[in-house]
Amino acid sequence: MFKILRTRLSQGHRTIDYPLSLPVLPQRYRGRLAVDPAKCQAGCTACKDVCPTGAIDVAGGVKLDLGRCVFCGDCVAACPSGAVAFTSDHRMATDRRGDLVLSGEELKLADGMGGELRKKLGRSLKLRQVSAGGCNACELDINVLNTVGWDLSRFGIQFVASPRHADGIVVTGPVTGAMRQALLDTFDAIPAPKIVIAVGACATGGGLYRDTGSTAAEASKVLPIDLFIPGCPPHPLTILDGLLRFIGTQVP
Amino acid sequence: MNDWTIARSGEAVERGAMATWAPSEFSTKVAAMRHAGGRLSQLFARPVGAVGEKRWRIYAVVAMDAESSLRIGAAEVGGDHPSYPSITPAWPAAQAFEREIFELHGIEPVGHPWLKPLRRPPGTEAPGTAGYPFYALSGEQVHEVAVGPVHAGIIEPGHFRFQCLGEIVQHLEIVLGYQHRTAEPMLAGRGAERRAMIAETIAGDASVGHATACALAVEALTGRSPSPRAQHIRGVALELERLANHTGDLGAMGMDIGFLPTSAFLGRIRGEYLNLTCEICGNRFGRGIVRPGGTRWDIDAELAGRLREKLSGLRDETLRVLDLLFSQPSVLARFEGIGALSGSMADDLGLVGPVARACGRDRDVRRDHPHGVYRFAHLPVALERGGDVYSRAAVRWLEVQRSLEFLLEGLGRIPDGAALTTAGESRPNAMAVGLAETWRGEATYVAFTDAAGEIDFVKAKDPSMHNWFGLAQALRGMEISDFPLCNKSFNLSYCGHDL
Repeated sequence: MFKILRTRLSQGHRTIDYPLSLPVLPQRYRGRLAVDPAKCQAGCTACKDVCPTGAIDVAGGVKLDLGRCVFCGDCVAACPSGAVAFTSDHRMATDRRGDLVLSGEELKLADGMGGELRKKLGRSLKLRQVSAGGCNACELDINVLNTVGWDLSRFGIQFVASPRHADGIVVTGPVTGAMRQALLDTFDAIPAPKIVIAVGACATGGGLYRDTGSTAAEASKVLPIDLFIPGCPPHPLTILDGLLRFIGTQVP
Repeated sequence: MNDWTIARSGEAVERGAMATWAPSEFSTKVAAMRHAGGRLSQLFARPVGAVGEKRWRIYAVVAMDAESSLRIGAAEVGGDHPSYPSITPAWPAAQAFEREIFELHGIEPVGHPWLKPLRRPPGTEAPGTAGYPFYALSGEQVHEVAVGPVHAGIIEPGHFRFQCLGEIVQHLEIVLGYQHRTAEPMLAGRGAERRAMIAETIAGDASVGHATACALAVEALTGRSPSPRAQHIRGVALELERLANHTGDLGAMGMDIGFLPTSAFLGRIRGEYLNLTCEICGNRFGRGIVRPGGTRWDIDAELAGRLREKLSGLRDETLRVLDLLFSQPSVLARFEGIGALSGSMADDLGLVGPVARACGRDRDVRRDHPHGVYRFAHLPVALERGGDVYSRAAVRWLEVQRSLEFLLEGLGRIPDGAALTTAGESRPNAMAVGLAETWRGEATYVAFTDAAGEIDFVKAKDPSMHNWFGLAQALRGMEISDFPLCNKSFNLSYCGHDL
């Protein structure tokens, strides 16, 4: 008993004060990419050639689909003119799939739920997670939000066991053939109104498993997605930023 | 050739000089290795000849742990109804591998006692088959509990079916395949960088381990040997990965028995280890560290110093919390005697990693088939004898301590050199095997080159391929309420199994 108390005291208070301030991320953290088509050299396809997921198009200046990006940085290393670069920005959740395509304009971050839906779910959002071919990295970094460091429940967001208790699904993975029906059944079991959040490169754009033939390519081909959170896997801060934008909480 | 081809992990061998036998002789030879100090590390088939020619070569890779070497042999099968005598009756460790060979290629292991689908769960059965052939008990007191594929927590999907008599589980059937992404064909061809990325996501929580095993096989064939510096950095990343997963799992085991202090503390501490990996490469799961020819990211003296400083604080915290966990009578009472496996069961099933070491089986790739830094830094193998939840937890506790010691010492003496080697001479018509001890146990990668020296086939194995059947056996005689705890003490990979 004394040992428990002593250890408890030595642990102290560990929950970060985000969103009041931003936690410091490592110097090498690979955050949102930024592209600048004005810097592209005529006829150069270096970034497109090395991209492992086909996330880059160079016709008419570089375009990078953050939804398909696995943040490997091969394009950054290959670009001779600095037209593709990493930023340390963790914020990259969007409302629409199309918003994830970077072409030099500022990324349009998620506005989140609107009007009636926000009134109903904004203060208490219960989510059911379904892994549909995820490699367990997204799943683990969603789970991290439940640790004392992040304490997700202080924002009124909770992961629940039963779809009957949930307001929506957080889906990870490219949706494998074998999980397609289970994902749809889970969605059907959730009472309306309901929302779907896609977390991680596989769910937002198929990642490395877009074209293997046994996946749905991306979760939006199976369910209507209300929030896209890219990354491979997204940093917990990226996921939390997305969830908070979604429910309308002010975030830095 | 009529004797085994001998090779080491990370060593290329000529395909033309490979030991090749008739199917019946092959099965006899492989089964005999069980009693000659062998451990079945990989068994798979590869199509040969022209497309549609219906010829295959079945390869067995047997690890001789005491000799730090591998025995590789093959058999050729073909025709409309290809078959060979099943190895499983003599050596049950082959059971999942033979089911895979049957499912992927239609090659029948004749006499296999449990020839069920491996990655075709209910709803995805092969055309013409009548539903999933679940094992069932019958009788008045018998009842069945089915769980999944969608589970209560934030975890991967799988289906578990318990056959119970009263409160006691008589049999647990684990049906997987929900995570099947057709990952394996993506490992062949299409560029070295992409191959490393696929390996990193075969089991995403063991990215460094898988990428290391894959790189060992590939580098033997491409001649791009990593520098001592790169090997050292790989070792650092691999032990950080082990620390994160072991601490996280020990915390989660606390959660499963309702001992919340350690689950709260260790859940956070796990994140701190992931943050250290993020300091090295900018990604919490080590994505991008291991690349063919070395490591993409370097650890300079300044970073090494910072990592050591953070680690020494984390060591004290981690060990204090683990000491709390293992000194609580209520925790020990719940851990002890649950989900016990015997040593002979571990041998029968070919279990690997902490699960095998918890059964007193003295095997660890880092010592038995050392690669890179492990040839110089010897981590003592953590052993327990009980085979139960306590033993699995205690093995992980020991491994946490030893990984911490390794890191605190190793970060102080990273050899000089370049982190990435770019040049190398490839070996055409060859194959190589790479073994690495991921935090779950042995990952095995087998890679082949064609006549032009391009990698044209890669076979991957996560340790979970061996250990899932161990979990099913561990539940026999237990209660369903023991399942979460037992499951967490194994914490196997679904996607690593499903590929």
